[in-house]
Amino acid sequence: MNFPDDLKYTREHEWLRIEGDEAVIGITEFAQDELGDIVYVETPPIGNSVKQNEQFGVVESVKTVSDLFSPVSGEVIAINEEVIATPELVNKDPYGEGWIIKIKISDPSEQDSLLNVADYKTMIGK
Amino acid sequence: MSNSSNLEKTPFYDIHVKLGARLIEFGGWLMPVQYKGIIEEHNAVRKAAGLFDLSHMGEVEVSGFKALEFLQFVTTNDVSKLEVGQAHYTFLCYPDGGIVDDLIVYRLPDKYLLVVNASNAEKDYAWLQESRTLKGFDCILRNASSATALLALQGPRAIEILQPLVANNLNEIAYYHCAEGELEGVSVLLARTGYTGEDGFELFFNKAHAEKIWNLLAEAGQAKGLQPIGLGARDTLRLEAKMALYGNDIDATSNPFEAGLGWAVKLDKGNFTGKAALEKFKASGLKRKLVGFEMKDRSIARHGYPVAIEGEVVGVVTSGSPSPTTGKNIGLAYVPLKYATLGTSLQVIIRNKPAEALVVKTPFYARPGKPK
Repeated sequence: MNFPDDLKYTREHEWLRIEGDEAVIGITEFAQDELGDIVYVETPPIGNSVKQNEQFGVVESVKTVSDLFSPVSGEVIAINEEVIATPELVNKDPYGEGWIIKIKISDPSEQDSLLNVADYKTMIGK
Repeated sequence: MSNSSNLEKTPFYDIHVKLGARLIEFGGWLMPVQYKGIIEEHNAVRKAAGLFDLSHMGEVEVSGFKALEFLQFVTTNDVSKLEVGQAHYTFLCYPDGGIVDDLIVYRLPDKYLLVVNASNAEKDYAWLQESRTLKGFDCILRNASSATALLALQGPRAIEILQPLVANNLNEIAYYHCAEGELEGVSVLLARTGYTGEDGFELFFNKAHAEKIWNLLAEAGQAKGLQPIGLGARDTLRLEAKMALYGNDIDATSNPFEAGLGWAVKLDKGNFTGKAALEKFKASGLKRKLVGFEMKDRSIARHGYPVAIEGEVVGVVTSGSPSPTTGKNIGLAYVPLKYATLGTSLQVIIRNKPAEALVVKTPFYARPGKPK
């Protein structure tokens, strides 16, 4: 399984690609594999604010409903409409075409609580 | 997650592990939920064939002088109508008409075979024993669950996969019939039943031969698109065919009539457990009915979600899932009779928001040329 070094991770199996004060967020390869065929992704609309560790959306596979928790606080500035239309992109390319939302980070200090790749791999036993 | 060491394993457990199945707890058993993926497995059964380990299901044999009388008393369908080699769908009901379990009764030459849900197997066996004792029926009950392996071979190519392995002419075994057969010297009961909406067989045999039979079928099906199928696709397949799942669509608080399964209740066959209550249900008319619906948008209804009409909760979703064959998101729900008409607009309350759904005709999927 692939876990890119340049990403940050959460205990809820999300990843973040932080570029300046923006973060692209998705779910990890481990998460998509655990969920199986993803058939539905729900996100808040652009402009909504999200809070760290609070639920902001849902990913559903054929059999399961899984909450998405925001890794950082901020404002939703982009949604991956491709993923809304074709949720299996999350299975096929979780770190690329399968990204879910983009957030403008409001509190950079929250990033201290995120996991680096080694911590995340340890957590999932990989 | 439950401790997997407390769970029962079927005789195919090692095969599932070798095939890389994802295993989950189901009804006290450690079972494969998927091998490659639910959608791929679902489509394999619709287009080619699938092999299912159903050894977790319960088997009870009933034999002896009063076996027929006993089964007439404890089940709702008319067992006297079964010829040797014939089977039917039926219920065990409580005296109040609620459902203990749904099951298939097969009439074999010297006994009846009852196949019950895994999660109810212990409860059912106790219920059967209690019912037998109650009236002192002169018959013998044998719990054959732990000795029996059960595989289902389902799909449009199931017959051509199985036929070369057996001497029986499979075309002579009609739907809901069964026959004794042999696969490389192993005695197998070949039953033309299933839970997928496809043609196919269920094979009952002694678990000592489990790996041998699996391997024979897997090899015979290899060039014909046969895939192992987990419980995930089993559920989506049965939902498309509108086959009830105990614990979801039917349970102790529902009765066969409101579930649309009244055809398996024969009120004219003499006395049986639950008869008085079921007669009353029938005479007073249905209060609610199990309907099929499809979502108008991309959202997915799930078991337990409320169903509303104009903002007022009137019912509950019993099963809901994406339907890989139709491409729609489908479900079953109990709603008051007046909202059960085809074309009625319902709202399924998903995460506190209403999502539009439409009452549609069921089954959601019927295979071409389905035998009556």
